Amino acid sequence: MIRALIVLLCVTLAASACDREKRPFAQPANTTVEKPDPYRDNAYGISEGKRLFTQYNCSGCHANGGGGIGPALMDDEWRYGYEAADVFATIAGGRPNGMPAFRDKVTEDQMWQLAAYVLSMSGQARLDVLPGRSDHLRSRTAENLTPATDRRQTGHK
Amino acid sequence: MIIRSLTLLVLAVVAIGCSGLQAPLNPAGPSARSIAWLTWTFFTICGVVYAVTLSALIWAVMRRRRDEDDSPRTSRRLGTVVGAATAVTVMTLVVLTISSIVAGRGLTTPSGAGAVVIDAIGHQWWWEFNYQDVAPSDWVNSPNELHLPAGVPVVIRALSRDVIHSFWVPNLQGKRDLIPGILTYLWLQADQPGEYRGQCAEFCGPQHAHMAFRVVVQPVGEFQEWLRQQRQSAASPASAEAQHGQDVFMQSTCRTCHTIRGTEAGSRVGPELTHVGSRRSIAAEALPNDRTSLTTWIRNAQLVKPGSRMPPNPLSETDLKAVVAYIQGLR
Amino acid sequence: MSAAAARDEAERERRALERTWAVPGGFLGWFKVSDHRTIGKRYIVTAFVFFILAGIQAALMRLQLAIPENTVLGPDRYNQLFTVHGMTMMFLFAVPVMEAMGIYLVPLMIGTRNIAFPRLNSYSYYVYLFGGIMLYAALFTNTGPDTGWFSYVPLAGPDFSPGKRVDMFAQLITFTEVAALAVAVELVVTIFKLRAPGMSLNRMPLFVWAMLATAFMVIFAMPAVVSSSTFLLLDRLVGTHFYNPAEGGDALLWQHLFWFFGHPEVYIIFVPALGIVSSIIVTFTQRPAFGYTALVLALIATGFVSFSLWVHHMFATGLPLLGLSFFTAASMIIAIPSGVQIFCWIAALWRGRPRFQTPLLFVVGFIVIFVLGGLSGVTLASVPLDLQVHDTYYVVAHFHYVLIGGAVFPLIGGIYYWFPKMTGRLLNEPLGRWNFWTLFVGFNITFFPMHIVGLQGMPRRVYTYPANMGWTTSNLISTFGALFLVAGGVMLIANVIRSARSGALAGDNPWGADTLEWSTSSPPPVYNFLELPVVEGRHALWERSADPPVVTGVRSDKREVLVTDVMDAEPVHLSDMPIPTIWPFISAVVTAGFFVTSIFTPWALVYWAVPIFVALTGWFWPKQGEEGDTLEDKQAIPAESAA
Repeated sequence: MIRALIVLLCVTLAASACDREKRPFAQPANTTVEKPDPYRDNAYGISEGKRLFTQYNCSGCHANGGGGIGPALMDDEWRYGYEAADVFATIAGGRPNGMPAFRDKVTEDQMWQLAAYVLSMSGQARLDVLPGRSDHLRSRTAENLTPATDRRQTGHK
Repeated sequence: MIIRSLTLLVLAVVAIGCSGLQAPLNPAGPSARSIAWLTWTFFTICGVVYAVTLSALIWAVMRRRRDEDDSPRTSRRLGTVVGAATAVTVMTLVVLTISSIVAGRGLTTPSGAGAVVIDAIGHQWWWEFNYQDVAPSDWVNSPNELHLPAGVPVVIRALSRDVIHSFWVPNLQGKRDLIPGILTYLWLQADQPGEYRGQCAEFCGPQHAHMAFRVVVQPVGEFQEWLRQQRQSAASPASAEAQHGQDVFMQSTCRTCHTIRGTEAGSRVGPELTHVGSRRSIAAEALPNDRTSLTTWIRNAQLVKPGSRMPPNPLSETDLKAVVAYIQGLR
Repeated sequence: MSAAAARDEAERERRALERTWAVPGGFLGWFKVSDHRTIGKRYIVTAFVFFILAGIQAALMRLQLAIPENTVLGPDRYNQLFTVHGMTMMFLFAVPVMEAMGIYLVPLMIGTRNIAFPRLNSYSYYVYLFGGIMLYAALFTNTGPDTGWFSYVPLAGPDFSPGKRVDMFAQLITFTEVAALAVAVELVVTIFKLRAPGMSLNRMPLFVWAMLATAFMVIFAMPAVVSSSTFLLLDRLVGTHFYNPAEGGDALLWQHLFWFFGHPEVYIIFVPALGIVSSIIVTFTQRPAFGYTALVLALIATGFVSFSLWVHHMFATGLPLLGLSFFTAASMIIAIPSGVQIFCWIAALWRGRPRFQTPLLFVVGFIVIFVLGGLSGVTLASVPLDLQVHDTYYVVAHFHYVLIGGAVFPLIGGIYYWFPKMTGRLLNEPLGRWNFWTLFVGFNITFFPMHIVGLQGMPRRVYTYPANMGWTTSNLISTFGALFLVAGGVMLIANVIRSARSGALAGDNPWGADTLEWSTSSPPPVYNFLELPVVEGRHALWERSADPPVVTGVRSDKREVLVTDVMDAEPVHLSDMPIPTIWPFISAVVTAGFFVTSIFTPWALVYWAVPIFVALTGWFWPKQGEEGDTLEDKQAIPAESAA
């Protein structure tokens, strides 16, 4: 009985850790993504998304989630849907009123990473994969301290 | 027999140590020479100490025992020997400490005026070398390849954009850590023209092993000429294929990360490519700068440096060839 | 009293002691054990299991580095392996095994029945065990820390190390440092207050002095690393800015705090080995210790000075040269007490009648290897020299020479020396000699070339290297040497396993040694000594009179020990030891639960507060009748001990 419990514990541990800690370095380009939202439970992918968010200047319009020229990304209002695939479509194809299309400028893999990060900006990811505070001036609450709010879909897909 | 093996050992060390383009014992500048001198001094003194200690141990182990070994007189004599050995140890350490401090003073004082100031900025996992100038428009950015004028003192401003790295050109100088939030200075000088290799010497993540750079020491005139060339904007594409390559570059993922001065590409995420064609290697010394390597690197850098920031690029084979042709033309 | 009556009296006494000090049996009893011998042996076995695991990791690393641009291990796997190798060796093997030798041997060497705070001892073992299990569960689920055993920020900070890997590192520190601190406290109290009458401080065995110095070092060094790892956890989990320069923190703060612990840590590993060396040399030269006072002062000086060295790990960070020079001087000074000890030991070998059996072979090997490592350390004390070889394989060579030569060789010698006492059987002597030579030769083949390749510019912590740098041959030689080290490890384990079952019976004192543990049976009975000894000289068994005095008046129907005073070990009063209970184990489980949960959520503090309260209450609940604490029980002993 105890042995069965231990095995169960190990398997659960292994299952949850395996996804979180994978470092999917050598993803070939141009593969159709088999699993939508591949970085949902992957800490490395969300962390890369966070890095790309700053480096590709998403913060130029969206600040660090509070918005500015562009809408806020850390609130509960989701115009085009709150699934990762919706965010991916937004990044890839752009949206009316100013969101550029990044389809050929950013690889698909990176767009999935960005989508996973965008969701995490409002705390919408598992607690153990959410990023912590960044090594910069504090401009927002750390994602892993942001309580996940309800999400409202308010626009058209 | 022991003396012969020890001599062979010393010769082996000397022989091996004297080779190498990333070797502290192959000094090419005053700082490195001073450190190398200090190193040989230390090794000689420590070598003698070791030989004496080992000999004492071997004698102690092998000697024939005598009855008077247990007498109080023998104990007193041994005590004197131990005391004398301790005194010699203390004096030796004082000598070593003083010579170390003296050599250290020589490292921080530049040996001449008119220093060239260069920013060494560490990124995960590449180097950005920024040559300052009075006019900001004349600043030169040379990723992964550090050109130095021979015989002129150079000040390196050590900076980091992300984690702790360490700037180290063993043939010229000791290392300096690049610590985010802290600015430190390092002086170095190369005596003669030549090429050396430097490498990051502080663990900085998965590709720490592949974060090296080339140091090219040139006569002052050549160095100024190099700076002048680097200040110029990128060369225009020379062939139709290269022109197509430039179009692909500007319309696809490349432009999102790389600057090519004189074109619309101005992103500072990755290394600047304005004069990449003239560099001796790519990917921080991980690959030579030739067509095959460039193709492999651009197609899927993760096969060469897994974990590096350059993603695999979704280009068709023709587009890839064109981009490579364009890149190679950027001298 | 007639001879027969005296014999009956002794037999009654022995049976009473066996009953009183019985080690609990059965499944639940295994968790209740709190006698120092069992806990000590568990610590030693567990530490060697970790040693083997870390050795396997090292072998894999050597396999990857055998040839340039090798593909046995990718960067991610390699980084986890070299980090966990360092963590295992430093936190899960070296410190625990040395403390364990102290746990087992110190009470026997000073002539008492158990270590002070036996339940704390038991608790510390379980905390250590759970910490190690946590780390290896992490490694096997791809969550092994991957930023080095020193884990510099900002690389180990929240921005650059996503996931929970670094949190496993930080929390392992908490586990092992709680365990180490507990043992250190027990050792200090045991050594100061439980020594046999007549064992004044200047009659203490050198091993006991070494463990005393080590325990004090642990107490002063561990808080620094617990602080640093706690700050790291807070930064990652709750968004503090200790190490964030942009918000007023400092990346160098981590380095100062870590190395303030890190440098004494290596001396914490090294100083007990010095005690082992002294013990073996005294026994195997069959002479009193040469330079006893100098050796004791050297141990204490090493302990003190080791706290003033830490910045020599930071010479490349750009700190002002004047400040760095102080650390150069201190790093040179620490060579002096080490040198004094080496000279005294060589003098002891010179004048005695050495018997070159396996323990002494390992001591000679220690001298040969450690002195070279110590001299390379002297070269590293120089700032300009260090600026060239810092973070290269030269440093890897240096610390393996001082740690393996300076700690592991004496430890293995100590295993060969004390195995008969612990198990009642001798280890096989011919196999022991093979063991020594294999390890000695293999060690030098593996690590000497690293000096050279470091001086040729090869940095550390790299998962591969280019083919055209001239580093290939040395790396291949090092990998070849590693095979010998693996063989040596296998030999040691084989010898231990075989001899435990069928080795030659040892008797009380097979080596003719001088310290008190050799006066009782092998293995010792559960009460350690039938009659508590009174010590008459520095080398207790060699300076014993024909009819040696013993302690009387200590009860055998309850767990009672004699407390003596610090300087001269004059008897002061009697004290009760607690009986074995399950509460230390439960407390350790609850502690482990708290530590592991706090990696994932700060609410852990709330969730685990009640179980922690319950466990500690259970532990400290006063038990009437079993351990009386009334004034009548604490009787003062008259000035002379009964003959």
